[in-house]
Amino acid sequence: MGQTLLQKVWDLHTVRRLPTGQTQLFVGLHLIHEVTTPQAFDMLRQRGVKVAFPELTYATVDHIVPTLDQQRPFADALAEQMIAALERNVMEHGIQFSDLNTNSQGIVHVIGPELGLTQPGITIACGDSHTSTHGAFGAIAFGIGTSQVRDVLASQCLAIDPLKVRRVSVDGTLSPGVYAKDVILEIIAQLGVKGGVGFAYEYAGSVVNSMSMEERMTMCNMSIEGGARIGYVNPDDITFSYLNNRQFAPTGEAFTQAKTWWGSMASDTDAIYDDEVTLDGNAIEPRVTWGINPGQSVGISENIPNPNSTDVETAAVQEALDFMELSAGTPIAGTKIDVAFIGSCTNSRLSDLREAARIVQGHKVASHVKALAVPGSKKVREAAEQEGLHEIFQDAGFEWRAAGCSMCLAMNPDRLHEREVCASSSNRNFKGRQGSPTGRTLLMSPAMVAAAALNGHVSDVRQML
Amino acid sequence: MTTAEEIKHVEGTGIPIRGNNIDTDRIIPARFLKAITFDGLGDHAFEDDRKSMPGHPFSNPAFSHATVLFANENFGSGSSREHAPQALKRWGIGACIGESFSEIFLGNATTIGLPCATAAVTDIETLMALVEQSPETSFSLDLETLALTTAGHTVKLRMPAAVREALLTGQWDATGLLLDNFAQVRKTASALPYIKGF
Repeated sequence: MGQTLLQKVWDLHTVRRLPTGQTQLFVGLHLIHEVTTPQAFDMLRQRGVKVAFPELTYATVDHIVPTLDQQRPFADALAEQMIAALERNVMEHGIQFSDLNTNSQGIVHVIGPELGLTQPGITIACGDSHTSTHGAFGAIAFGIGTSQVRDVLASQCLAIDPLKVRRVSVDGTLSPGVYAKDVILEIIAQLGVKGGVGFAYEYAGSVVNSMSMEERMTMCNMSIEGGARIGYVNPDDITFSYLNNRQFAPTGEAFTQAKTWWGSMASDTDAIYDDEVTLDGNAIEPRVTWGINPGQSVGISENIPNPNSTDVETAAVQEALDFMELSAGTPIAGTKIDVAFIGSCTNSRLSDLREAARIVQGHKVASHVKALAVPGSKKVREAAEQEGLHEIFQDAGFEWRAAGCSMCLAMNPDRLHEREVCASSSNRNFKGRQGSPTGRTLLMSPAMVAAAALNGHVSDVRQML
Repeated sequence: MTTAEEIKHVEGTGIPIRGNNIDTDRIIPARFLKAITFDGLGDHAFEDDRKSMPGHPFSNPAFSHATVLFANENFGSGSSREHAPQALKRWGIGACIGESFSEIFLGNATTIGLPCATAAVTDIETLMALVEQSPETSFSLDLETLALTTAGHTVKLRMPAAVREALLTGQWDATGLLLDNFAQVRKTASALPYIKGF
């Protein structure tokens, strides 16, 4: 009987079955950042424990980094305290660190793949729920909390329960103007924000197979928004060619041998799945969220749902509409925006910026809109600037910022104010997510954010290609 | 390495948090993560919800000494921030009973010794209605029998077997357990092709 990639990776990394019944799972790569680690390092110190495998641990700084003025000490004393704590901790334990002075700093889920740290068949843990991103490479990657960060620092292991696997196949082909972001929003809308609890999602089908690595990362990134802690794509030639010549990827003969092993870790053709779902990629259109969780989205040609229609939860829809001040039964297209944000671990890579710049080129941002383009890493920023993308954005009226999490979660100076409405390429539209407790978020692809920025309201990017 | 406290019973009054998909940004907004300790997080639990929703249970003096939090579906969805269960625990919550929990929240709550158990939808509704009507109602959670009892009423609970075992035996703080066979950890690591260098 064939096995899934999840089963193969799980078996290979199982140290033992713990007395509690959980698996002691070895973590091949531990990515750390400033927000979820200071308490973990303190706990290690209190217990007199060292980091077990510093060579399998890699740090960056992203959440609290200002994207405008990076002069140290930071203007925000709390942010300065957090980066200083991380600097002290990585120094004390001999952990590699892409700090602000390196050319490789950026959002943890952008730099891991970029540096070739993220590889097929490995286990990856990080104190951040969007660690699922790395599943794009056929890694088993998931978010953990601070006490689990402590466990991984101390032992390079986690006590964890195994997951079931649901294969989510997207067949057909995507139309121009429809992106990975739209596919994952469609999947979450269909399967629900808790549909994936207890599952890893294996993405498959012709749409996924033909996606670039950056598109696959966008898909896997938002698995957690559908409740699935892990999302992955089986490694293939697209994966291997992405990894070739990356800093931490194997080279020469080792690369050839690695390719064979990576390929062998893909799910077998006769693998048994706990569940299978198929979507028609041809039918997917650009999507926009209208509510307060990422499952509440509609196609750009559709209307905002009615709380009284029988197939939705009345109270939840009404709560969302009240918060968003949107009217049931009216088109989502035309919804006025105040802010446009292109960035985050979901959509801040070079291809995202290229697609957005293609829409923006030669046009101007609507006069009432504040627009931000925030590359996910220094390397993305540099590559974008080499292509002149920064000038396209700036000429149109976008602000071109330094790499960081920026307005996705507002732990830095970039945030919404009061009731502002933001067209955002990020991953969460929760109440208060972008820094103002009453601020409102509309999730969409970077190209759709660009379209909304120019028109000042939610627009169908397919008409602007 | 010391084992943690064995958690077998939780007793106290209840507090209802109605609504599905209560995410961790609502439990503790991200701005309160800008700190290098968990100190004081309890004061900010549900801070923005409390401001925008008059009569939020966390602002209601009738619930201010509550220990058992009742929730609906997918409680703790979203971010992996342990700060969410930390904030609840530091506020005074000793156990959560809900229709369902997000996986990462459940894992984080367990590793800090905050039991989360699920109950049938109808039972959750009954329990929420009960505490809303009589906030002084006392509950007793027994992890050995997986039952929640209150005067004349017993509700059956569910919890993943390994989570229950970890709480009952004081192994919810897993560091010691994970370190007590370190030779085997090294052996597993050295057999991995990517660690061997292919």
